[in-house]
Amino acid sequence: MRPLSLARVCAAVVGRDLTLALRRRSDVLTTFFFFVIVVGLFPLGVSPEPSTLRVIAPGVVWVAALLASMLALVRLFASDFDDGTLEQLALSPQPLVLLIAAKVLAHWLVTGLPLVLIAPLLGLQFDLPAGALGVMLLALLLGTPCLSLIGAIGAALTLGVRGAGGLLAVLVLPLCVPILIFGAAAVSASANGMAAGGHLSMLGGLLLIAVVLGPLAAAAAVRIALE
Amino acid sequence: MSLNIWRYASPQAFYPLAGRLVPWFFALAAGLAATGLYVGFFVAPTDFQQGESYRIIFIHVPAAWMSMFVYVVMAFWCAVGMVLNTRLSFMMALALAPTGAMFTFVALWTGALWGKPTWGAWWVWDARLTSELILLFLYIGFMSLHAAIDDVRRADRAAAVLALVGVINVPIIYFSVQWWNTLHQGASVSMTRAPSMAAAMLSAMLIMSLAAWMYAIGASLYRVCNIILERESDADWVRERRTEGA
Amino acid sequence: MLEAVGLECVRGQRRLFHRLSFELPPGHALWVLGPNGSGKTSLLRMLCGLLRPEAGRISWKGEDVRGSADSFHADLLYLGHAPAVKEDLCALENVRFGLAQVGIDVTPHEARAALSEFGLAGREELLTRSLSLGQRRRVGLARLTVGAAKALWILDEPFTALDAQAVELVQSHLTRHVRRGGSVVFASHHEVGFAELPLQRLQLAQ
Repeated sequence: MRPLSLARVCAAVVGRDLTLALRRRSDVLTTFFFFVIVVGLFPLGVSPEPSTLRVIAPGVVWVAALLASMLALVRLFASDFDDGTLEQLALSPQPLVLLIAAKVLAHWLVTGLPLVLIAPLLGLQFDLPAGALGVMLLALLLGTPCLSLIGAIGAALTLGVRGAGGLLAVLVLPLCVPILIFGAAAVSASANGMAAGGHLSMLGGLLLIAVVLGPLAAAAAVRIALE
Repeated sequence: MSLNIWRYASPQAFYPLAGRLVPWFFALAAGLAATGLYVGFFVAPTDFQQGESYRIIFIHVPAAWMSMFVYVVMAFWCAVGMVLNTRLSFMMALALAPTGAMFTFVALWTGALWGKPTWGAWWVWDARLTSELILLFLYIGFMSLHAAIDDVRRADRAAAVLALVGVINVPIIYFSVQWWNTLHQGASVSMTRAPSMAAAMLSAMLIMSLAAWMYAIGASLYRVCNIILERESDADWVRERRTEGA
Repeated sequence: MLEAVGLECVRGQRRLFHRLSFELPPGHALWVLGPNGSGKTSLLRMLCGLLRPEAGRISWKGEDVRGSADSFHADLLYLGHAPAVKEDLCALENVRFGLAQVGIDVTPHEARAALSEFGLAGREELLTRSLSLGQRRRVGLARLTVGAAKALWILDEPFTALDAQAVELVQSHLTRHVRRGGSVVFASHHEVGFAELPLQRLQLAQ
């Protein structure tokens, strides 16, 4: 029995959540397939013409990513809250803010990263040029962690509440509008042959704000939920 | 005799004070609104570009300003409540939310009324209207979260966290929507392109803003009285009032 | 030394208790009794710092529990109503992780020893989902074996769903902890006999 350093406790949290996700693969895959299906609905609902698709592609992929994230976020704290392990986390000598950041990281690795990886493939369905696909990958890589971090606040606030899923989306989606705007603009710009660097740096800035604000607010919200 | 302002932090002491102030604020609001509307509709000159239909801004702009101002005040009371752990601060924040949401709704609706004769469409995705729409969602989120949590104390604190996160986000959202609008060169529901605005127009807008402010204070004080009665219903002083009134 | 002064608890619209004070020196145990709904769990959660009291103050070693949370948590082991185990982890992983998150590193060997002490030898690798309720509680309780590093134990109904042998085991752990200078606060319905243990009783009225 020896005391553990902060880094090792955080690593243990990430490891535990990844193990749990692997054992409950269906949850993870649901989010992934939801994303793919939603993206696929737009050509059916709008028009399969390549010129239209090219215009709507960035927005469609981003909106689908937002919705898929909202779906996945409900599970971020819910199971720990129900079986009493979230309480134990709050009673850890390590700062709760960092432990929550670790949980969000694990959550993003399992739900956000797959979206980032499959999105360029879906972009091909929308006839986007190769450069734009690269920008899409990068933009989602910066944006999806942002969504998870801001979404964690909503997930913590709605713990144990009836209709948590819908309420979480109502609370979090307005806060994610800047990410949507800059993320989609980056891909659009690149698809039209313009530089996307400015938009990507805005996304980077938003990510920095989210890294600081998200876990802080989520920790406060978790403590409120545990009272 | 020193004025101990802290005694008004107790709902029991604040209730009678608020009750006495409400009619004054409503009277002020009514008076200012009457003046402002008169100046706006009869004194201010006709705009050479937009004709008479522009006059809706005397309602639209003050409503938009108040919707944002009320959100900041609401977030302020939430912060006070979190730091000082005073019940009344949370009640005040909760009382402000519906008023703020109403102003947002009025701003959106008057924006639409303006848009129709000017641009031919009932809705234009200009920066201010879109920001107002998102602000409306933030208000709705605050009220929904509070309503969804059964335990009142937990609801207060959770909604407070949301309001504080929101208030930090509002500038970011506003900036990004502004930028998005310029990118797409959308329509703009705005009057102040011209560097100078007729003095009468400006004074009408200011008077209407003051009127809206007085109304906001009056309405939220009225609402907070109801919230106090509801929450403190077990307290002796509330029961005494009820038996007195009966 | 755990000290509570003037604690008040309001849940919903009801005031469960007020002006509640006690002192718990090291090497002593506090037994919280009371009917259902009298606030035992709320009191224990207040002592952990999870629940904010309506009024009053709790201090551990002279410092406010809510102020210096991290150092207080380093000394605290809390077992609540729920066994705080994840269904999708095996018993061994649950014990190791449960202690890792409160800052104690436990080798697999130590964890197996703890589990076998609580009658779960041979079941360490099974997913907790396939264990019975009593077995799950014992996985949670296995943390007591390696909990010596934590000076203050707060246990909410530790004897629930346990057979006589397990009850005795938990009792012996509590006694041992108190004897080596630790403090224990526990809530329990069961009339447990604690021979030769410096035990305070705290009765919460309806």
